[in-house]
Amino acid sequence: MDDALTVHRLHFAFTATFHYLFPQLTMGLALLLVVLKTMALRTGEEHYNRAVRFWGKIFGISFALGVVTGIPLEFQFGTNWARFSRAAGGVIGQTLGMEGMFAFFLESTFLGLFLFGEKRLGPVGHWVATVLVFVGSWVSGFFIVATFSWMQHPVGYALDANNQIVLSSFWALVLNPWTLWAYPHVMIGAAVTGCFVMASVGAFYLLSGRQLAYGRTFVRVAVMVGLAAVLLQLLPTGDMQGRLVAHHQPVTLAAMEGLFDTQQGAPLAILGQPDVEKRRLDNPLVIPRMLSFLTYRRWSAEVKGLDSFPPQDWPSNIPLVYYCYHVMVGLGTMFIALMAVAGWLLWRGKLYGSRPVLWLLMLALPFPYIANTAGWITAEAGRQPWIIYGLMRTRDGVSAQVSAGNAWFTLIGFMGLYTVLGILFLFLVRREIEHGPEEEVQGPRRGGSKVQGLTAEA
Amino acid sequence: METLWFCLVAVMIAVYVVLDGYDLGAGIIHLFVARNDGERRAVLRSIGPLWDGNEVWLLAGGATLFFAFPAVYAAGFSGFYLPLMIVLWLLVGRGLSIEFRNHLKNAIWAPFWDAMFFLCSLLLAVFFGAALGNVVRGVPLDEHGAFFEPLWTNFRLGAETGIFDWYTIIVGLAAFCTLAVHGALWVALKTEGAVNERSRAVAKVGWWGVAGLTFIVTGLTFRVQPQVPARLAAQPWGYVFPALALAGLFSMAWFLARREECRAFLGSCAYILGMLTSAAFGLYPCVLPASTNPAWSLTVHNSKTGDYAMRVGLVWWTIGMVLVIGYFVFVNRHFAGKVRTEENGY
Repeated sequence: MDDALTVHRLHFAFTATFHYLFPQLTMGLALLLVVLKTMALRTGEEHYNRAVRFWGKIFGISFALGVVTGIPLEFQFGTNWARFSRAAGGVIGQTLGMEGMFAFFLESTFLGLFLFGEKRLGPVGHWVATVLVFVGSWVSGFFIVATFSWMQHPVGYALDANNQIVLSSFWALVLNPWTLWAYPHVMIGAAVTGCFVMASVGAFYLLSGRQLAYGRTFVRVAVMVGLAAVLLQLLPTGDMQGRLVAHHQPVTLAAMEGLFDTQQGAPLAILGQPDVEKRRLDNPLVIPRMLSFLTYRRWSAEVKGLDSFPPQDWPSNIPLVYYCYHVMVGLGTMFIALMAVAGWLLWRGKLYGSRPVLWLLMLALPFPYIANTAGWITAEAGRQPWIIYGLMRTRDGVSAQVSAGNAWFTLIGFMGLYTVLGILFLFLVRREIEHGPEEEVQGPRRGGSKVQGLTAEA
Repeated sequence: METLWFCLVAVMIAVYVVLDGYDLGAGIIHLFVARNDGERRAVLRSIGPLWDGNEVWLLAGGATLFFAFPAVYAAGFSGFYLPLMIVLWLLVGRGLSIEFRNHLKNAIWAPFWDAMFFLCSLLLAVFFGAALGNVVRGVPLDEHGAFFEPLWTNFRLGAETGIFDWYTIIVGLAAFCTLAVHGALWVALKTEGAVNERSRAVAKVGWWGVAGLTFIVTGLTFRVQPQVPARLAAQPWGYVFPALALAGLFSMAWFLARREECRAFLGSCAYILGMLTSAAFGLYPCVLPASTNPAWSLTVHNSKTGDYAMRVGLVWWTIGMVLVIGYFVFVNRHFAGKVRTEENGY
């Protein structure tokens, strides 16, 4: 059944990774839309309302794709991971059920009002709708993180007479210590994506000499929120998330850091390729004793390496965990540097004229997506070989009835469908960016419509 | 407790079909009742702000099934693997065809999405109907509470059924007719002029299909799943559900003839609710009957989660449902009335 296990894992990994490309933008933009809408309400300037409508269109496209790619995930627990679902459903069914009841209804309802109800709701009503969409999407994030956190660190459960997992404490489940740090880390990660996308579009407008007022607003708002976000992503959320891993999943920490040998004063590997067969890091660039300090706040603390654990408990793909972790941290560090420079220039009033930094902001757009994805892969691949940490191994969680052949059929189906969706997304968002928040009298022509007619309408 | 949760899951699924059913129905009929771009936009505007919230009932209902009866969720979803995956792809197509259709104004884009909207809505109605047929007919569960059905075998009932056999196809056809009429009544309610006229015509003709198939499907179901008539005989108060369905069926036609569009639509809602609750009543206490050996059926008793979880779930579910009803009332009142031709949005 190894063949089937691999396909089922690929199936979930692929659909989940593709799906998450959209909510990270949606949740990040939701926050920024509240910021822009608040500015609109306080200044009464139409400029901010136009900015909200512009980003609202991109938000709507991203939201639609997030919804349609998200439904397969809820179904996939049952279709591809039936034995896991049967075992864990009594617990994670609660968090997933709450996500549906509290978050999805809220955001879907008020999204409709946000997109189509501006005139009827009036400025304050529309602001409320914007806030509720933000709340709905961030509450949804909470319950998904709570679900995933239970898989990483199962709490609030008991085993009944038939040795089945049942819920024993609702509050322990909802207030899982893993959740309390993973949630802000995930959400701020989404905020980083939102900010970099907004900054990139703003920088693009400034560099191409179009929509200049909006370019400045987007860069200004995105850099201010973005600087806060990238810093918080490291401290305290990233640091605390790392310490949770060290405390509860020490073997995962060893894999992330490429630490083969248990030692006191363990070094932090900045660069290096893990060679699992030979149990060593090739071409290492390390900071001595730094890992001990970061993990335990003592330079001489002992950090467990992979040698302290039996190989069957090691993550099944150590290099994947190692590289994804290092990509995430490496990019996160670069984000801090870029936002710090941009923030300092903004404070000095020099950012809008600083073409090199604007170029960096514009080109940075794909990287938060890569960082967020790498972070998720670190967490999921790091949890292996467990599907419920310490309770159920991944290979015991697959649907026994679904053959590899069926799973390949649907995986290839999804890959094809999602390729088309990805192209569609890029096409539609590009159109919106080309068009911009305001009609331009002498701007580039839009395919299929007349500029004069539209300026009269604007 | 498990009986209560059975009822709540059944109600959530029924509400999903009533709400998203009119979105699907609108998709099935829109090529016929809306002949130009302005008319197509009107149909889309009638469901535009509402369809996503309606679809959430499917997710919320599925998640509720997951936590209350995890064994059924696991067995059902993996056993129905292929049709569920196809349903997922159809939901993607349906959702995007509504959201993306009006993004571009050219001669290729809109007709493409119109066709997608029609095809996905049609197939979803048929698949959902067939899914109900499968649950009622029973599935080849084994002693471990697991099964797997291919899309079809020999289209006959017996030991090795497929998702599609003659019975489930007829139920799928009934679902298609029901949702087409349901959608037509909604579109008639929300539009004016030519679209309104054509929708009412579709509803009038389609009603005969719904009525005929109601009786055919009921008769066939009684033969295919003897547990259903046995339940009604044992607990005759259960006749209230089919009575609701019949009341809905006749009031649909009655009010449609009198041009009372809102009541006609509500009649259709009552019909769907009545049919689905009848099915749920007939199946209880089975949630997923076994066509192999009755002892292997998944029931509310052998597939439920722990008592604590069911009690605690009731608290947040109730709070959530109060909020949901609040949002529902608010948004439907906000977008009440006929759709006008020029408004921002779709």
